[in-house]
Amino acid sequence: MTNALLQIENLAIHSVAARVPVVRGVSLSVGPGEILAIIGESGSGKTTLCLAALGYVRPGLRIAEGRVRLAGADLLALPLGELRALRGRSVAYVAQSAAASFNPALTVGDQVIEAAIVHRMMTAADARARARELYRELGLPDPERIGARYPHQLSGGQLQRLMASMAMCCGPQFLVLDEPTTALDVTTQIGVLKAFKDAIRNRGAAALYVSHDLAVVAQIADRVLVLRNGIVQEEGPVTDMVATPRTAYTRSLMEACNRWTPGAVRAAAAPSGAPPPPVLELSGVTAGYGQGVGGNPAVVAVKSVDLSLRRLSVLAVIGESGSGKSTLARVIAGLLEPAAGKLRLGGDVLAGSVRGRSREQLRRIQIVFQSPDMSLNPAHSVGQIIGRPLDFFHGLGRRLRAERVSELLEMVQLLPEFAQRHPHELSGGQKQRVNLARALAAEPELILCDEVTSSLDTVVAASIIELLRRLRAESGLTFLFITHDVSMVAAFADEVAVMYRGEIVERGTTDAVLNRPQHAYTKVLISSVPQLRIGWLEEAIAHRDDTLKAARDLELGG
Amino acid sequence: MTNAEAKVDQGGTRGDGRLSTAGIVGAAILVFWVLVALVGPYLAPYGQADIVSNDNFASASSSFLLGGDYIGRDILSRVINGAGTTLGMGVAATVLAQALGVSVGFFAAIRGGLVDTVLSRLNDALLSFPHIMMGLVVIAALGSSVPVLVVTSGVVYASAVFRIARALAMDLKVMDFVEVARARGEGTWWILRHEILPNVVLPLLTDFAIRLSFVILFMSGLSFLGLGVQPPLADWGSMVRENMEGLRSGSLAPIIPAAAIASVTVSLNLLVDELSLRTGRAYAEARE
Repeated sequence: MTNALLQIENLAIHSVAARVPVVRGVSLSVGPGEILAIIGESGSGKTTLCLAALGYVRPGLRIAEGRVRLAGADLLALPLGELRALRGRSVAYVAQSAAASFNPALTVGDQVIEAAIVHRMMTAADARARARELYRELGLPDPERIGARYPHQLSGGQLQRLMASMAMCCGPQFLVLDEPTTALDVTTQIGVLKAFKDAIRNRGAAALYVSHDLAVVAQIADRVLVLRNGIVQEEGPVTDMVATPRTAYTRSLMEACNRWTPGAVRAAAAPSGAPPPPVLELSGVTAGYGQGVGGNPAVVAVKSVDLSLRRLSVLAVIGESGSGKSTLARVIAGLLEPAAGKLRLGGDVLAGSVRGRSREQLRRIQIVFQSPDMSLNPAHSVGQIIGRPLDFFHGLGRRLRAERVSELLEMVQLLPEFAQRHPHELSGGQKQRVNLARALAAEPELILCDEVTSSLDTVVAASIIELLRRLRAESGLTFLFITHDVSMVAAFADEVAVMYRGEIVERGTTDAVLNRPQHAYTKVLISSVPQLRIGWLEEAIAHRDDTLKAARDLELGG
Repeated sequence: MTNAEAKVDQGGTRGDGRLSTAGIVGAAILVFWVLVALVGPYLAPYGQADIVSNDNFASASSSFLLGGDYIGRDILSRVINGAGTTLGMGVAATVLAQALGVSVGFFAAIRGGLVDTVLSRLNDALLSFPHIMMGLVVIAALGSSVPVLVVTSGVVYASAVFRIARALAMDLKVMDFVEVARARGEGTWWILRHEILPNVVLPLLTDFAIRLSFVILFMSGLSFLGLGVQPPLADWGSMVRENMEGLRSGSLAPIIPAAAIASVTVSLNLLVDELSLRTGRAYAEARE
């Protein structure tokens, strides 16, 4: 393509220390008004490639060969001063976590127009006026005044849109969007995607859109480039890719995000005979944070929840962030004492806090957290981490412990050698397996999984779900599976409870809830899950406006 | 797998355990003074209280390598003996400051709530007094002796350690691995000892080194004001004060102990730089 805005030729980026290629022989071009998606799992070199398109490499990496041309200028040969003038003015970057990218001490409006003022492209008044236009265009509420707010007063979806308006404020020709919706709830993601798509189209800018989710990419991109281990697997128009993927790797990516389409959930076989007794029962549980009036918490996160969990079943609790689902898990684990309500484990009363529970009760409930980085102590080896519950609950001596650690590692499909390693030597998926092994070490009846797949790539997440299924079949475990990902629910759960603003608004079998949702919020949630189908986004937006209206009516009525 | 390998590679550029040049210089100076403090007294030509010359501020000669002080004692012997006093008291006071600061700081962080608020505000009150003034008040009331000096310095400097230890523990206490340990039913002591302490050893070691240099300066300052170590015991701070007169006649007597104080402080700071670099790197790796 001769009229390409961005052209990368035969780019290779190496790590300085090990001379390992991170990106190898990548060529691509993006024309004006075009969105090229780059997909691949973490560690595939997506972000490195995108930063190189801005003429930047992270410390420890260097460009070994190749060229990056933007609007005719050779970015790699440009002096730093000119490069800096280019960045923020003609090229811009939208990072994954907007919440972490804003300075909490300044108003968002000042940060949105900062680049325009630094580059002396506009007066402050003009820049503000332009920012307001962008707020309107990106569908932000109250565009006249939202700029005067501080980051903590805004939601994740709003911040992500503000970051896009920051990127577009100077009217760049070229945008890099690095997983801009990955951290958002699906109900929020849909609006943000649409806003990005329209804003880029309307101004004829070129964009690179990085993602690991093919379903998202299918909605926004014109062309797709599949990257694996720094090598281009295939590239082509998004319509062709979705219809006929050429490589096995692309097919595996498709399978990973194609776990669920509406109506595709098998109805679970009705349990024969008498229903098994509940493992866990909650009645009228209310919990929250801070000290409020009359013994109630200042912020109520969970409102009089009743729940019972059958032995050997998997109950999924779904809802958006802030709906109270993680708080519910903390209450069950005894980490947060409920303000009201009762818990029962196997028929016996379960105390509200860890201190009131017997060691035997503690053993029977184990919790696995969302972030693999935060849930393993970096100072301990995997063997020590898994070994502690063996010592604590079962009093195993050193030798038996080592044997059991090997067995547990095998159960989660890791080699016994992993016992010697430390968490920073493991990938995200491996860390999550170690987390599971630690929970299994206690030999629990019930495992609470709090968003265990949400920080993992689709392919890795699918393999963790596969592992959970196997463990369930082999070990007779009961799971409470907390997630915001509907496709994970479809893949793993027997029953679903939908949480919305601290309450359980709908409860039923997976089949019933996903295929015949009753509550308005459930309908919005389920219709917001991206489908691997071109044109889904536009349809969904159209439907959504009707559904949202219904939801509002219901809220006013209730 | 490639992912994990790439991470190790990035961290491995200088994480090989070798010291930088500045670190080597710092360590060398410190090792030198520690050796002097330990074996010096046996090798010193004279005792620290012996008056061996009839001259005030005798100039350097073959019998007095660094000259004599204001009443005719050998400077070299007194600097050598002073090393043990100055460093020994400094280390003792810093150990005390860390023991107090870390235990109370961790306690405040783990308990949280009212306990934390009360302890933190009390600590703020303590911090708001200039250190040297607090030292002067306590010593004026209790009189100066080695134990009083060590305990006073330890308590005065514990407040800064408290802040650092509390902040470190607060950061770690919200980590999920601490939550997992709590949910398992581990006691507070076990969590502090096994989940928190291993992750703060490096920053606390860094703090120890910088705190030690402050404590040495503080004690030297007290000695210089005449409230520190009492004669005839030699310590570097009081040697500077005793021999101030000699500056007029160009004697090295006050300069040499001052230089010794400076060299220890500088060497500790060089080591701290090295340690904090490592701490940063270890953090970066752990947070990858």
